Amino acid sequence: MPAKNVAIVDYDAGNLTSVLRACREVGLRAEISSDPCIVRGADRVIFPGVGAAGSAMRSLSASGVGAALMDAFHAGTPILGICLGLQISLDHSEENDTDTLGIVPGEVRRFRLDDPKLKVPHMGWNAVRTVRDHPVLADIEADDEFYFVHAYRPVPARSDYVLAVSTYEGPFCSALGRDNYVATQFHPEKSGRVGLRLLERFGTWDGRA
Amino acid sequence: MLSKRVIACLDVRDGHLAKSVRFVNTRNIGDPVAKAREYYLDGLDELVFYDITASSDRRKIILDVVEAVAEQVFIPLSVGGGVASVADATDLRLAGAEKINVNSAAMRRPALIAECADAIGNQNVVLSMDIRRVQETAEFPSGYEMVVDGGRTPVGIDALAWAREGERLGAGELVVNSIDADGTREGYELKLTRMLAEAVRIPVIASGGAGEPAHLYDVLTEGQADAALVASMVHYGEYTVSGLKRYLHDRGVKVRMSW
Repeated sequence: MPAKNVAIVDYDAGNLTSVLRACREVGLRAEISSDPCIVRGADRVIFPGVGAAGSAMRSLSASGVGAALMDAFHAGTPILGICLGLQISLDHSEENDTDTLGIVPGEVRRFRLDDPKLKVPHMGWNAVRTVRDHPVLADIEADDEFYFVHAYRPVPARSDYVLAVSTYEGPFCSALGRDNYVATQFHPEKSGRVGLRLLERFGTWDGRA
Repeated sequence: MLSKRVIACLDVRDGHLAKSVRFVNTRNIGDPVAKAREYYLDGLDELVFYDITASSDRRKIILDVVEAVAEQVFIPLSVGGGVASVADATDLRLAGAEKINVNSAAMRRPALIAECADAIGNQNVVLSMDIRRVQETAEFPSGYEMVVDGGRTPVGIDALAWAREGERLGAGELVVNSIDADGTREGYELKLTRMLAEAVRIPVIASGGAGEPAHLYDVLTEGQADAALVASMVHYGEYTVSGLKRYLHDRGVKVRMSW
Protein backbone atom coordinates (compact mmCIF):
# COMPACT_ATOMS: atom_id res chain seq x y z
CA MET A 1 0.00 0.00 0.00
CA PRO A 2 1.64 3.25 -1.09
CA ALA A 3 1.59 5.90 1.63
CA LYS A 4 0.31 8.69 -0.60
CA ASN A 5 -1.05 11.75 1.07
CA VAL A 6 -4.74 12.42 0.87
CA ALA A 7 -6.26 15.84 1.50
CA ILE A 8 -9.79 15.79 2.91
CA VAL A 9 -11.25 19.13 1.90
CA ASP A 10 -12.65 21.11 4.81
CA TYR A 11 -15.09 23.86 3.84
CA ASP A 12 -17.33 24.12 6.90
CA ALA A 13 -19.64 21.46 5.53
CA GLY A 14 -20.10 19.04 8.34
CA ASN A 15 -18.05 16.76 10.43
CA LEU A 16 -15.16 15.20 8.56
CA THR A 17 -13.60 13.15 11.34
CA SER A 18 -15.44 10.00 10.30
CA VAL A 19 -13.97 10.28 6.80
CA LEU A 20 -10.52 10.76 8.31
CA ARG A 21 -10.90 7.73 10.59
CA ALA A 22 -12.09 5.53 7.74
CA CYS A 23 -9.12 6.60 5.60
CA ARG A 24 -6.73 5.72 8.38
CA GLU A 25 -8.44 2.39 8.88
CA VAL A 26 -7.56 1.42 5.30
CA GLY A 27 -4.00 2.70 5.59
CA LEU A 28 -4.31 6.04 3.80
CA ARG A 29 -2.22 8.93 5.04
CA ALA A 30 -4.91 11.57 5.20
CA GLU A 31 -5.35 15.00 6.69
CA ILE A 32 -8.28 17.38 6.93
CA SER A 33 -7.39 20.72 5.39
CA SER A 34 -8.92 24.00 4.27
CA ASP A 35 -5.58 25.21 2.90
CA PRO A 36 -5.69 25.65 -0.90
CA CYS A 37 -1.94 24.87 -1.15
CA ILE A 38 -2.38 21.50 0.56
CA VAL A 39 -5.34 20.62 -1.65
CA ARG A 40 -3.36 21.52 -4.79
CA GLY A 41 -0.33 19.57 -3.64
CA ALA A 42 -2.07 16.40 -2.44
CA ASP A 43 -1.65 13.09 -4.26
CA ARG A 44 -5.38 12.51 -3.83
CA VAL A 45 -8.28 14.60 -2.69
CA ILE A 46 -11.46 13.59 -0.89
CA PHE A 47 -14.23 16.12 -1.22
CA PRO A 48 -16.88 15.19 1.37
CA GLY A 49 -19.53 17.34 2.96
CA VAL A 50 -22.95 17.43 4.50
CA GLY A 51 -25.18 20.47 4.54
CA ALA A 52 -26.71 22.92 2.11
CA ALA A 53 -25.35 23.73 -1.36
CA GLY A 54 -25.66 27.51 -0.99
CA SER A 55 -23.53 27.97 2.11
CA ALA A 56 -21.08 25.32 0.90
CA MET A 57 -20.42 27.23 -2.33
CA ARG A 58 -20.00 30.50 -0.45
CA SER A 59 -17.48 28.90 1.87
CA LEU A 60 -15.60 27.22 -1.02
CA SER A 61 -15.17 30.46 -2.88
CA ALA A 62 -14.36 32.62 0.17
CA SER A 63 -11.58 30.28 1.32
CA GLY A 64 -10.12 29.73 -2.15
CA VAL A 65 -10.32 26.01 -1.61
CA GLY A 66 -12.93 25.66 -4.37
CA ALA A 67 -10.45 27.04 -6.91
CA ALA A 68 -7.76 24.73 -5.53
CA LEU A 69 -10.08 21.77 -6.00
CA MET A 70 -10.70 22.75 -9.62
CA ASP A 71 -6.94 23.06 -10.16
CA ALA A 72 -6.44 19.59 -8.70
CA PHE A 73 -9.12 18.25 -11.04
CA HIS A 74 -7.52 19.83 -14.11
CA ALA A 75 -4.10 18.56 -12.99
CA GLY A 76 -5.42 15.01 -13.06
CA THR A 77 -5.34 14.38 -9.30
CA PRO A 78 -7.68 11.52 -8.34
CA ILE A 79 -10.64 13.06 -6.48
CA LEU A 80 -13.41 11.33 -4.56
CA GLY A 81 -16.58 13.33 -3.89
CA ILE A 82 -18.94 12.17 -1.15
CA CYS A 83 -22.57 13.25 -0.62
CA LEU A 84 -22.68 17.07 -0.75
CA GLY A 85 -19.23 16.95 -2.38
CA LEU A 86 -20.80 14.99 -5.22
CA GLN A 87 -23.75 17.34 -5.48
CA ILE A 88 -21.78 20.53 -5.76
CA SER A 89 -19.51 19.02 -8.42
CA LEU A 90 -22.39 19.30 -10.92
CA ASP A 91 -23.36 22.58 -12.64
CA HIS A 92 -26.37 23.60 -10.64
CA SER A 93 -28.37 22.62 -7.57
CA GLU A 94 -32.04 23.16 -6.94
CA GLU A 95 -31.06 23.54 -3.28
CA ASN A 96 -30.88 27.30 -2.66
CA ASP A 97 -30.94 27.64 -6.51
CA THR A 98 -27.14 27.51 -6.49
CA ASP A 99 -24.63 27.47 -9.34
CA THR A 100 -22.05 24.86 -8.42
CA LEU A 101 -18.56 23.78 -9.54
CA GLY A 102 -19.35 22.14 -12.86
CA ILE A 103 -16.78 19.34 -12.75
CA VAL A 104 -19.47 17.05 -14.13
CA PRO A 105 -22.18 18.51 -16.41
CA GLY A 106 -25.63 18.10 -14.89
CA GLU A 107 -27.82 19.26 -12.06
CA VAL A 108 -29.15 18.34 -8.64
CA ARG A 109 -32.87 18.03 -7.96
CA ARG A 110 -34.93 17.44 -4.87
CA PHE A 111 -36.70 14.12 -4.41
CA ARG A 112 -40.38 14.72 -5.14
CA LEU A 113 -41.68 12.00 -2.84
CA ASP A 114 -45.33 12.07 -3.84
CA ASP A 115 -45.81 8.82 -1.95
CA PRO A 116 -46.51 9.85 1.67
CA LYS A 117 -44.96 6.59 2.87
CA LEU A 118 -41.55 7.69 1.63
CA LYS A 119 -39.72 9.58 4.31
CA VAL A 120 -37.60 12.68 3.80
CA PRO A 121 -34.63 12.67 3.57
CA HIS A 122 -33.64 9.37 1.98
CA MET A 123 -31.78 8.04 5.01
CA GLY A 124 -30.52 4.55 5.68
CA TRP A 125 -29.08 1.55 3.90
CA ASN A 126 -29.84 1.01 0.24
CA ALA A 127 -28.48 -1.15 -2.55
CA VAL A 128 -26.09 0.31 -5.12
CA ARG A 129 -26.06 -1.26 -8.57
CA THR A 130 -23.08 -0.43 -10.75
CA VAL A 131 -24.00 0.25 -14.37
CA ARG A 132 -20.50 1.04 -15.64
CA ASP A 133 -17.14 -0.46 -14.73
CA HIS A 134 -14.98 1.78 -12.62
CA PRO A 135 -11.85 0.81 -10.65
CA VAL A 136 -13.03 2.51 -7.46
CA LEU A 137 -16.39 0.70 -7.53
CA ALA A 138 -15.00 -2.62 -8.68
CA ASP A 139 -15.65 -4.50 -5.41
CA ILE A 140 -19.34 -3.68 -5.16
CA GLU A 141 -21.48 -6.80 -5.38
CA ALA A 142 -25.18 -7.15 -6.05
CA ASP A 143 -26.23 -7.52 -2.39
CA ASP A 144 -24.03 -4.76 -1.03
CA GLU A 145 -25.75 -1.81 0.60
CA PHE A 146 -24.42 1.60 1.53
CA TYR A 147 -25.49 4.28 3.96
CA PHE A 148 -27.28 7.32 2.51
CA VAL A 149 -28.49 10.61 3.99
CA HIS A 150 -29.76 13.13 1.46
CA ALA A 151 -32.82 14.97 0.20
CA TYR A 152 -31.49 15.88 -3.26
CA ARG A 153 -30.33 13.61 -6.08
CA PRO A 154 -27.79 14.12 -8.85
CA VAL A 155 -28.94 14.17 -12.47
CA PRO A 156 -25.83 14.09 -14.72
CA ALA A 157 -26.32 15.56 -18.19
CA ARG A 158 -25.08 12.39 -19.90
CA SER A 159 -25.74 8.81 -18.97
CA ASP A 160 -22.10 7.87 -19.40
CA TYR A 161 -21.26 9.86 -16.28
CA VAL A 162 -23.56 7.57 -14.28
CA LEU A 163 -21.57 4.79 -12.60
CA ALA A 164 -24.21 3.35 -10.26
CA VAL A 165 -27.90 3.64 -9.54
CA SER A 166 -30.09 3.10 -6.49
CA THR A 167 -33.85 3.18 -6.06
CA TYR A 168 -35.97 5.38 -3.84
CA GLU A 169 -38.98 7.14 -5.38
CA GLY A 170 -37.52 5.77 -8.60
CA PRO A 171 -34.05 4.97 -9.89
CA PHE A 172 -31.48 7.69 -9.23
CA CYS A 173 -27.77 8.11 -9.84
CA SER A 174 -25.89 7.09 -6.68
CA ALA A 175 -22.34 7.23 -8.07
CA LEU A 176 -20.90 9.21 -10.94
CA GLY A 177 -17.57 9.94 -12.50
CA ARG A 178 -15.71 11.84 -15.14
CA ASP A 179 -12.01 11.37 -15.88
CA ASN A 180 -10.08 11.59 -12.61
CA TYR A 181 -13.18 12.51 -10.60
CA VAL A 182 -15.42 9.88 -8.99
CA ALA A 183 -18.19 10.52 -6.48
CA THR A 184 -20.73 8.68 -4.37
CA GLN A 185 -24.03 9.97 -3.06
CA PHE A 186 -23.72 7.48 -0.20
CA HIS A 187 -21.20 7.58 2.65
CA PRO A 188 -18.47 4.95 2.25
CA GLU A 189 -17.06 5.97 5.62
CA LYS A 190 -20.30 4.89 7.33
CA SER A 191 -21.03 1.84 5.19
CA GLY A 192 -19.08 -0.82 7.01
CA ARG A 193 -16.65 -3.09 5.24
CA VAL A 194 -17.98 -2.48 1.72
CA GLY A 195 -17.48 1.25 2.22
CA LEU A 196 -13.96 0.79 3.54
CA ARG A 197 -13.13 -1.34 0.52
CA LEU A 198 -14.25 1.48 -1.75
CA LEU A 199 -11.96 3.93 0.08
CA GLU A 200 -9.13 1.45 -0.18
CA ARG A 201 -9.72 1.19 -3.91
CA PHE A 202 -9.68 4.95 -4.21
CA GLY A 203 -6.34 4.92 -2.39
CA THR A 204 -4.74 2.96 -5.24
CA TRP A 205 -6.67 4.45 -8.17
CA ASP A 206 -4.51 6.13 -10.81
CA GLY A 207 -7.30 8.50 -11.88
CA ARG A 208 -8.14 6.67 -15.08
CA ALA A 209 -11.64 5.37 -15.52
CA MET B 1 -35.59 0.80 -1.50
CA LEU B 2 -34.33 1.42 1.99
CA SER B 3 -33.70 -1.53 4.24
CA LYS B 4 -35.25 -1.75 7.66
CA ARG B 5 -32.58 -1.19 10.26
CA VAL B 6 -31.60 -3.22 13.31
CA ILE B 7 -30.10 -0.89 15.91
CA ALA B 8 -28.42 -1.98 19.14
CA CYS B 9 -28.55 0.25 22.19
CA LEU B 10 -25.80 0.20 24.79
CA ASP B 11 -26.35 1.96 28.09
CA VAL B 12 -23.08 3.39 29.32
CA ARG B 13 -22.44 4.46 32.87
CA ASP B 14 -19.06 5.86 33.93
CA GLY B 15 -17.51 4.60 30.74
CA HIS B 16 -18.60 1.00 31.04
CA LEU B 17 -21.76 -0.80 30.19
CA ALA B 18 -24.48 -0.28 32.73
CA LYS B 19 -25.18 -2.93 35.34
CA SER B 20 -28.51 -3.72 33.77
CA VAL B 21 -26.44 -5.43 31.14
CA ARG B 22 -24.74 -8.52 32.41
CA PHE B 23 -21.17 -8.38 31.21
CA VAL B 24 -18.05 -9.63 32.87
CA ASN B 25 -15.53 -7.07 34.01
CA THR B 26 -17.79 -4.06 33.69
CA ARG B 27 -15.11 -1.80 35.10
CA ASN B 28 -13.17 -2.04 31.90
CA ILE B 29 -13.79 0.91 29.59
CA GLY B 30 -13.03 -1.43 26.70
CA ASP B 31 -16.31 -3.22 27.20
CA PRO B 32 -18.64 -0.89 25.30
CA VAL B 33 -16.00 -0.61 22.63
CA ALA B 34 -15.53 -4.36 22.28
CA LYS B 35 -19.27 -4.96 22.27
CA ALA B 36 -19.82 -2.26 19.65
CA ARG B 37 -17.12 -3.80 17.48
CA GLU B 38 -18.61 -7.26 17.88
CA TYR B 39 -22.06 -6.10 16.75
CA TYR B 40 -20.60 -4.07 13.91
CA LEU B 41 -18.78 -7.12 12.56
CA ASP B 42 -21.98 -9.13 12.92
CA GLY B 43 -23.98 -6.85 10.61
CA LEU B 44 -25.44 -4.21 12.90
CA ASP B 45 -26.91 -1.28 10.94
CA GLU B 46 -26.54 1.45 13.53
CA LEU B 47 -25.39 1.81 17.11
CA VAL B 48 -26.82 3.92 19.91
CA PHE B 49 -25.00 4.80 23.11
CA TYR B 50 -27.11 6.06 25.92
CA ASP B 51 -25.05 7.82 28.57
CA ILE B 52 -26.48 7.33 32.05
CA THR B 53 -23.44 8.62 33.89
CA ALA B 54 -24.44 10.78 36.83
CA SER B 55 -21.07 12.19 37.84
CA SER B 56 -19.96 15.72 37.06
CA ASP B 57 -17.22 14.73 34.63
CA ARG B 58 -19.72 12.69 32.62
CA ARG B 59 -19.08 14.54 29.40
CA LYS B 60 -15.44 13.68 29.17
CA ILE B 61 -16.14 10.03 29.92
CA ILE B 62 -18.72 9.55 27.20
CA LEU B 63 -16.59 11.49 24.72
CA ASP B 64 -13.75 9.03 25.32
CA VAL B 65 -16.05 6.09 24.73
CA VAL B 66 -17.49 7.59 21.56
CA GLU B 67 -14.05 8.35 20.24
CA ALA B 68 -12.77 4.86 20.94
CA VAL B 69 -15.79 3.31 19.23
CA ALA B 70 -15.62 5.63 16.23
CA GLU B 71 -12.05 4.45 15.63
CA GLN B 72 -13.25 0.96 14.88
CA VAL B 73 -16.93 0.99 14.02
CA PHE B 74 -17.81 2.30 10.56
CA ILE B 75 -21.57 2.51 10.69
CA PRO B 76 -23.72 5.40 11.94
CA LEU B 77 -23.20 6.03 15.60
CA SER B 78 -25.84 7.79 17.66
CA VAL B 79 -25.39 9.14 21.18
CA GLY B 80 -27.86 10.37 23.74
CA GLY B 81 -28.35 10.97 27.43
CA GLY B 82 -28.15 14.40 28.94
CA VAL B 83 -27.69 16.39 25.74
CA ALA B 84 -28.87 19.87 26.76
CA SER B 85 -27.11 22.27 24.42
CA VAL B 86 -25.66 22.69 20.95
CA ALA B 87 -22.22 22.53 22.57
CA ASP B 88 -23.00 19.06 23.95
CA ALA B 89 -24.13 17.97 20.52
CA THR B 90 -21.14 19.33 18.61
CA ASP B 91 -18.67 17.86 21.12
CA LEU B 92 -20.20 14.45 20.62
CA ARG B 93 -20.13 14.90 16.86
CA LEU B 94 -16.46 15.81 16.91
CA ALA B 95 -15.77 12.72 19.01
CA GLY B 96 -17.31 10.67 16.21
CA ALA B 97 -21.07 10.48 16.77
CA GLU B 98 -23.17 10.83 13.64
CA LYS B 99 -26.50 11.48 15.29
CA ILE B 100 -27.43 13.11 18.55
CA ASN B 101 -30.41 12.03 20.63
CA VAL B 102 -32.23 14.69 22.59
CA ASN B 103 -34.83 13.78 25.18
CA SER B 104 -35.65 15.36 28.54
CA ALA B 105 -33.87 18.65 27.85
CA ALA B 106 -35.91 19.10 24.68
CA MET B 107 -39.12 18.55 26.64
CA ARG B 108 -38.12 21.30 29.04
CA ARG B 109 -36.90 23.59 26.26
CA PRO B 110 -38.22 22.59 22.82
CA ALA B 111 -36.05 25.20 21.05
CA LEU B 112 -33.13 22.83 21.68
CA ILE B 113 -34.37 20.69 18.78
CA ALA B 114 -34.31 23.60 16.35
CA GLU B 115 -30.94 24.80 17.62
CA CYS B 116 -29.36 21.37 17.17
CA ALA B 117 -30.98 20.92 13.76
CA ASP B 118 -29.51 24.24 12.71
CA ALA B 119 -26.05 23.37 13.98
CA ILE B 120 -25.68 19.75 12.88
CA GLY B 121 -28.47 19.20 10.33
CA ASN B 122 -32.00 17.86 10.79
CA GLN B 123 -31.04 14.36 9.75
CA ASN B 124 -28.63 14.10 12.67
CA VAL B 125 -31.08 15.14 15.37
CA VAL B 126 -32.99 12.25 16.86
CA LEU B 127 -35.87 13.03 19.19
CA SER B 128 -35.99 10.29 21.77
CA MET B 129 -39.44 9.95 23.31
CA ASP B 130 -40.28 8.09 26.53
CA ILE B 131 -44.00 7.42 26.43
CA ARG B 132 -46.57 5.82 28.71
CA ARG B 133 -50.12 4.74 28.10
CA VAL B 134 -52.86 6.82 29.78
CA GLN B 135 -56.60 7.28 29.57
CA GLU B 136 -57.74 9.02 26.41
CA THR B 137 -58.84 12.43 27.60
CA ALA B 138 -59.05 15.94 26.20
CA GLU B 139 -55.53 16.49 27.55
CA PHE B 140 -54.21 13.25 26.04
CA PRO B 141 -56.28 12.61 22.91
CA SER B 142 -53.83 9.98 21.65
CA GLY B 143 -54.03 8.01 24.89
CA TYR B 144 -50.30 8.37 25.41
CA GLU B 145 -48.34 10.80 27.55
CA MET B 146 -44.72 11.95 27.51
CA VAL B 147 -42.57 11.16 30.55
CA VAL B 148 -39.02 12.16 31.50
CA ASP B 149 -36.29 11.10 33.93
CA GLY B 150 -36.19 7.52 32.72
CA GLY B 151 -39.94 7.23 32.75
CA ARG B 152 -40.58 8.40 36.30
CA THR B 153 -41.95 11.89 35.74
CA PRO B 154 -45.03 12.59 33.61
CA VAL B 155 -44.93 15.97 31.91
CA GLY B 156 -48.54 16.47 30.85
CA ILE B 157 -47.88 16.50 27.11
CA ASP B 158 -49.65 14.28 24.61
CA ALA B 159 -47.20 11.96 22.83
CA LEU B 160 -48.70 12.35 19.36
CA ALA B 161 -48.72 16.13 19.68
CA TRP B 162 -45.09 16.08 20.83
CA ALA B 163 -44.02 13.85 17.92
CA ARG B 164 -45.55 16.29 15.46
CA GLU B 165 -44.02 19.25 17.26
CA GLY B 166 -40.62 17.54 17.26
CA GLU B 167 -40.83 17.02 13.51
CA ARG B 168 -41.91 20.62 13.00
CA LEU B 169 -38.99 21.88 15.09
CA GLY B 170 -36.56 19.96 12.92
CA ALA B 171 -36.00 16.50 14.38
CA GLY B 172 -34.86 14.10 11.67
CA GLU B 173 -35.96 10.92 13.35
CA LEU B 174 -38.00 9.71 16.32
CA VAL B 175 -37.24 7.02 18.87
CA VAL B 176 -40.54 5.76 20.20
CA ASN B 177 -39.78 4.16 23.54
CA SER B 178 -42.68 2.62 25.37
CA ILE B 179 -42.19 2.75 29.12
CA ASP B 180 -44.99 0.18 29.52
CA ALA B 181 -43.33 -2.34 27.23
CA ASP B 182 -39.75 -1.60 28.28
CA GLY B 183 -38.18 -4.51 30.10
CA THR B 184 -41.18 -6.81 29.65
CA ARG B 185 -39.68 -8.65 26.68
CA GLU B 186 -43.25 -9.19 25.49
CA GLY B 187 -43.00 -7.13 22.35
CA TYR B 188 -42.94 -3.54 21.20
CA GLU B 189 -45.99 -1.32 21.65
CA LEU B 190 -47.33 -1.79 18.13
CA LYS B 191 -50.32 0.52 18.35
CA LEU B 192 -48.25 3.42 19.64
CA THR B 193 -45.45 2.87 17.13
CA ARG B 194 -47.82 2.68 14.22
CA MET B 195 -49.77 5.75 15.30
CA LEU B 196 -46.62 7.88 15.41
CA ALA B 197 -45.12 6.38 12.24
CA GLU B 198 -48.29 7.31 10.37
CA ALA B 199 -48.35 10.81 11.82
CA VAL B 200 -44.88 11.98 10.75
CA ARG B 201 -42.73 11.87 7.62
CA ILE B 202 -39.49 11.22 9.40
CA PRO B 203 -38.22 7.73 10.25
CA VAL B 204 -39.43 6.06 13.43
CA ILE B 205 -37.27 3.76 15.56
CA ALA B 206 -39.25 1.40 17.79
CA SER B 207 -37.86 0.85 21.26
CA GLY B 208 -38.79 -1.10 24.37
CA GLY B 209 -40.15 -4.59 24.81
CA ALA B 210 -38.20 -6.71 22.34
CA GLY B 211 -37.77 -10.25 23.63
CA GLU B 212 -37.85 -12.48 20.58
CA PRO B 213 -37.27 -12.17 16.82
CA ALA B 214 -41.00 -12.13 16.02
CA HIS B 215 -41.29 -8.86 17.95
CA LEU B 216 -38.95 -7.17 15.50
CA TYR B 217 -40.92 -8.59 12.59
CA ASP B 218 -44.18 -7.30 14.05
CA VAL B 219 -42.99 -3.78 14.69
CA LEU B 220 -41.28 -3.45 11.29
CA THR B 221 -44.41 -4.63 9.47
CA GLU B 222 -47.62 -4.03 11.43
CA GLY B 223 -46.00 -1.31 13.58
CA GLN B 224 -44.63 0.44 10.46
CA ALA B 225 -41.36 1.29 12.16
CA ASP B 226 -38.32 2.02 10.00
CA ALA B 227 -35.94 0.54 12.53
CA ALA B 228 -36.07 -1.71 15.58
CA LEU B 229 -33.93 -1.07 18.60
CA VAL B 230 -32.66 -4.07 20.57
CA ALA B 231 -30.73 -4.26 23.80
CA SER B 232 -30.96 -7.18 26.22
CA MET B 233 -31.89 -9.62 23.45
CA VAL B 234 -28.42 -9.38 22.01
CA HIS B 235 -26.48 -8.27 25.10
CA TYR B 236 -27.19 -11.51 26.95
CA GLY B 237 -25.99 -13.58 24.04
CA GLU B 238 -29.40 -15.14 23.57
CA TYR B 239 -29.66 -13.81 20.02
CA THR B 240 -27.16 -12.40 17.58
CA VAL B 241 -27.56 -9.40 15.33
CA SER B 242 -26.94 -11.53 12.24
CA GLY B 243 -29.44 -14.14 13.48
CA LEU B 244 -32.13 -11.48 13.91
CA LYS B 245 -31.47 -10.11 10.46
CA ARG B 246 -31.54 -13.57 8.94
CA TYR B 247 -34.90 -14.19 10.62
CA LEU B 248 -36.33 -10.94 9.23
CA HIS B 249 -34.88 -11.57 5.78
CA ASP B 250 -36.35 -15.08 5.65
CA ARG B 251 -39.77 -13.60 6.36
CA GLY B 252 -39.58 -11.07 3.59
CA VAL B 253 -38.51 -7.97 5.50
CA LYS B 254 -35.91 -6.05 3.51
CA VAL B 255 -32.78 -5.86 5.63
CA ARG B 256 -29.12 -5.48 4.72
CA MET B 257 -27.69 -8.99 4.45
CA SER B 258 -24.21 -8.31 3.13
CA TRP B 259 -21.46 -6.86 5.30
